[in-house]
Amino acid sequence: MSAQVAEFDRDLFHPEEEPHHAEGSSTMLGFWIYLMSDCLIFAMLFATYGVLGTSYAGGPGPKELFELPLVALNTSMLLLSSITYGFAMLNMTEGKQRATLVWLGITGLFGAAFLSIELYEFYHLIHEGATPQRSAFLSSFFTLVGTHGLHVTFGIIWLVTLMVQVARKGLITANRRRLMCLSLFWHFLDVIWIGVFTFVYLMGMLR
Amino acid sequence: MSAVSDGYDNPEHAVQDHAHDDEEAHGSRKGYWIGFALSVVLTAIPFWLVMTNPLSAQTTALIIMAFAAVQIVVHMIFFLHMNRRAEGGWSMMALLFTIVIVGISLAGSLWVMYHMNANMMPAMDMQDMGGGMG
Repeated sequence: MSAQVAEFDRDLFHPEEEPHHAEGSSTMLGFWIYLMSDCLIFAMLFATYGVLGTSYAGGPGPKELFELPLVALNTSMLLLSSITYGFAMLNMTEGKQRATLVWLGITGLFGAAFLSIELYEFYHLIHEGATPQRSAFLSSFFTLVGTHGLHVTFGIIWLVTLMVQVARKGLITANRRRLMCLSLFWHFLDVIWIGVFTFVYLMGMLR
Repeated sequence: MSAVSDGYDNPEHAVQDHAHDDEEAHGSRKGYWIGFALSVVLTAIPFWLVMTNPLSAQTTALIIMAFAAVQIVVHMIFFLHMNRRAEGGWSMMALLFTIVIVGISLAGSLWVMYHMNANMMPAMDMQDMGGGMG
């Protein structure tokens, strides 16, 4: 009996021939799990903001600081970049390298516009004395929104890198896989932004 | 035994699944437009509600939270192409696990910290605890 089990174990865990997996076949799942762990980071930052978001320490609150038209513009930039990335992916599937690069470029521009508007907002806040040191509310606000902005920054760097890669090597399998990972990353950041504009900006204005 | 061998002995099955996934993994032009149109509506209405204030603050808060939840699902389906079959169901498993953890940590943090704040401030600070602390 035990010999049988041992043989079974050997067959299962040490097969004579490794089960064949195509190169990169597990990358998408691995990347998805990374995104889920990133999601937990943002959950912690949202929880921190939820706890500290009303501690103004006598300083300015959301109503005095936030400008909704600017946030609406920012939101539309990110949403537009999401659909243009989608078009890049569709062109990639059809093997149209030039169109893929054009749509990736447009996506990058929308992403850069988003970042510029966010930096303009931060600059204004800090200029008015609403620095991260001012209150617990502002510390948690800058940490949460800043972490998202940092993700977008690295997303743009990754995007430019992939544009160079595609321009040089074409839409090879490895590049397609990388573009699909960045696609998940980019759309994921848009999902996080839904939480940011709802819970930080819109709910802040209601207080 | 048969349950174990199924994983290895049916490569055709696995290959078919994979080809199927690839087709759906990029979505379609129509899908992206539907997702985009829904997102625009689901974003515009909350902004409009908060900017013009036609309802009470509490009602507005509930509505915009509901809209955010719906928009996240819309993004998941039309942009991230989530479905129960992606990566043999493991993407969905990881997502569900994450949602549970996020739910516990968010609700738990807010709940615990709210009660800490409400019950320990400001009457019970160190000075009032007096004698025993010596």
